[in-house]
Amino acid sequence: MGEEPVSKTIYKNARLLDPASELDAMGALLVENGRILDVGPGVFVDAMQDDFDIVDCAGKCLAPGLVDMRVTTGEPGNEHLETLATASQAAAAGGVTTIVCLPNTDPIVDDVALLEFVERRAAEVGLISVHSYAAATKRTRGEEMSEIGLLHQAGALGFTDGPKAIANALVMRRLLSYSTVFGTLVIQHPEIPDLVGEGVMSEGETATRLGLAGIPAAAEVMMIERDMRLLALSGGRYHASRVTTAAAIEAIAKAKAEGLNVTCDTAPHYFALNEDAVTDYRTFAKVSPPLRSEEDRRAVLQGLADGTIDAIASDHTPRDQDSKRLPFDQAEFGVVGLETMLPVTLESVHNGALTMLQAIKALSLGPASILGLPGGKLAKGAPADLVLFDPDIAGVVDPSKFHAKCKNSPFEGKPIQGKVLKTIRGGRVVFDPETEIAPERGRLLHA
Amino acid sequence: MTAQSLPQTAPEPLFRFRHLLGIEGLQRPDIERLLDQSDVYVDANRQGDKKHSNLRGRTLINLFFENSTRTRTSFELAGKRLGGDVINMSVGTSSIKKGETLIDTAMTLNAMHPDVLVVRHADSGAVQLLAEKVNCSVINAGDGTHEHPTQALLDALTIRRRLGRGLEGLTVAICGDIAHSRVARSNIHLMGIMGARVRAVAPPTLLPAGLDRLGVEIHHDMETGLKNADIIMMLRLQTERMKGSFVPSIREYYRLYGLDYEKLKAAKPDALIMHPGPMNRGVEIDSEVADDIDRSLIREQVEMGVAVRMACLEALVSTQTDPWAKNQ
Repeated sequence: MGEEPVSKTIYKNARLLDPASELDAMGALLVENGRILDVGPGVFVDAMQDDFDIVDCAGKCLAPGLVDMRVTTGEPGNEHLETLATASQAAAAGGVTTIVCLPNTDPIVDDVALLEFVERRAAEVGLISVHSYAAATKRTRGEEMSEIGLLHQAGALGFTDGPKAIANALVMRRLLSYSTVFGTLVIQHPEIPDLVGEGVMSEGETATRLGLAGIPAAAEVMMIERDMRLLALSGGRYHASRVTTAAAIEAIAKAKAEGLNVTCDTAPHYFALNEDAVTDYRTFAKVSPPLRSEEDRRAVLQGLADGTIDAIASDHTPRDQDSKRLPFDQAEFGVVGLETMLPVTLESVHNGALTMLQAIKALSLGPASILGLPGGKLAKGAPADLVLFDPDIAGVVDPSKFHAKCKNSPFEGKPIQGKVLKTIRGGRVVFDPETEIAPERGRLLHA
Repeated sequence: MTAQSLPQTAPEPLFRFRHLLGIEGLQRPDIERLLDQSDVYVDANRQGDKKHSNLRGRTLINLFFENSTRTRTSFELAGKRLGGDVINMSVGTSSIKKGETLIDTAMTLNAMHPDVLVVRHADSGAVQLLAEKVNCSVINAGDGTHEHPTQALLDALTIRRRLGRGLEGLTVAICGDIAHSRVARSNIHLMGIMGARVRAVAPPTLLPAGLDRLGVEIHHDMETGLKNADIIMMLRLQTERMKGSFVPSIREYYRLYGLDYEKLKAAKPDALIMHPGPMNRGVEIDSEVADDIDRSLIREQVEMGVAVRMACLEALVSTQTDPWAKNQ
């Protein structure tokens, strides 16, 4: 540890996938001291092999490590749901080398001291890169803005009230306005809370048949349209987290065309599932915002394909059995997703809805660019954060094998194609299913 | 027509208007004449016998709808040193409301035939409304977030006397809670009229919309905002006028916008510091900076205040031939 000799590795015979340069070709990638030394189809490897470790990728895909910009952990406060250690392991197992945690812990991260605690704990775990957002408003109450300046200086990557919308228009205006001083990101949960009300799933025929209270799809676009007006008024950088409806995507496309500084993401369940997933009162598919209609699901895929949607985030939200094995109304919202994000997204590549590079971009470069992180590209000098995966290996989602503490996946039993073969962070292998490396696993698990 | 037959030119009046409601609309000579006359009173106020008779027989009413100690005292002293009769009326903000009640108050006072009303009110425009209803002269001693003209005049006088020159070409950085500050608005007008370059330095939440249209350079960062500034005017964070949260916390505000020696490094080495008072030490200004006698003009500002107000009272009274004969 610490005094390791210079590490040099060649990944050869790889299908290199670099969304930044739109490269999808066979070639090699050289890693030295945690950074990419060279990459490309023409990289000459044979002469240098003596002092390099060689990994033969056997034609499999080598892409930038995935960047997951929306992860909920339980640390501090709910370590029984997820710790930074288990979240890091789940991420590594899913090919994710960077996660950004929501501030909705207990206590809520709205103070520099708490942010520094999370950063320190994440550094102790040290498996992957862990960043954090801070609360946009104090206690995420939506009333007074938190110490944006001090938290930004302490490393908060953006400001959000997590699963709660910033409902008050004046508060949102001030947040956007004040955040311009620091150039930081304001992240909204785009739903008008009054319209969501007591709703538990998408409003419509299915909800009516099930006798469940519905949430109108319009609640999403209304909030986004309001916020776009505020953004035009105040300046700032706005990110809509998880857009799920055709109307909202259209509104964002329009705002982007007008030159507003807006980005958005979605989560795999919004383009892999629709509202039918909750029939039979399947609480494991109860999410916020709710799974939408088939038309909306297709619109999300289209938004990813045309680039209106900048990123895919897992929206990993650990919930224990006790909070899910309940009547639908009483069950909590949320699904885990770190370990299924890649294969579920690859399904859309296999069925032709997305190209491989579009999918990889939304999973790596897209979020990295929004957050101002250096990852997400296979380029000389970039951190050697990589995922090696086979897009074709078939399997079935088995939550019992998840590294995440909670198993609340809506994809249980789903046939998938695509498997992570190695996750590399800073040049170091942090996950390998063959050996189940996770090198310091024992320590991590008991941390 | 011979020179002899011409009537002797009357001395140029000290002021052209019946009221002093704001700096906006004044011209450079108006301001310069008031400042010149103030200079006379600064010297006179340092004498043992401070009494004059310019306001003898005149009645001045200080009508304050909003709490004030220093401004009211300053006007009271000014009126008394000029030999006028001064009445203080503090009207609790809760006991009086806007609209007709304000006008009723004005009509009542008007019936008592005062010569000058000095009015402070929490609502912008309230002083002008009152001025329209009375026969005497009115001085705006601060209306809402609109104007506080005598404060801007005393600031200008303070700078002029300390530097021994006019304000042309100076870079003046007005920092802090500009959105809620009438002092800032009056100073922006005055400094602009007198040829200074004005910067506003504040987080965007404390800057009113369209401020750049007033000829002000906008900065959100103290370091760039104070760069090469000659004069730094700090404003009080007016928490009492804030509906909701404009800045996250006092500690963040102080860290980012509070004037301390570190931030002061960006300004010119001999930059002067002003504050209209009352100061929140440790909020918008560091205690040491505020008390630095080489750089802080805060105490001089208070002294100049009395002289400026004497000049203003004299100026307005001198424009009155017989205010009760005709209503202009």
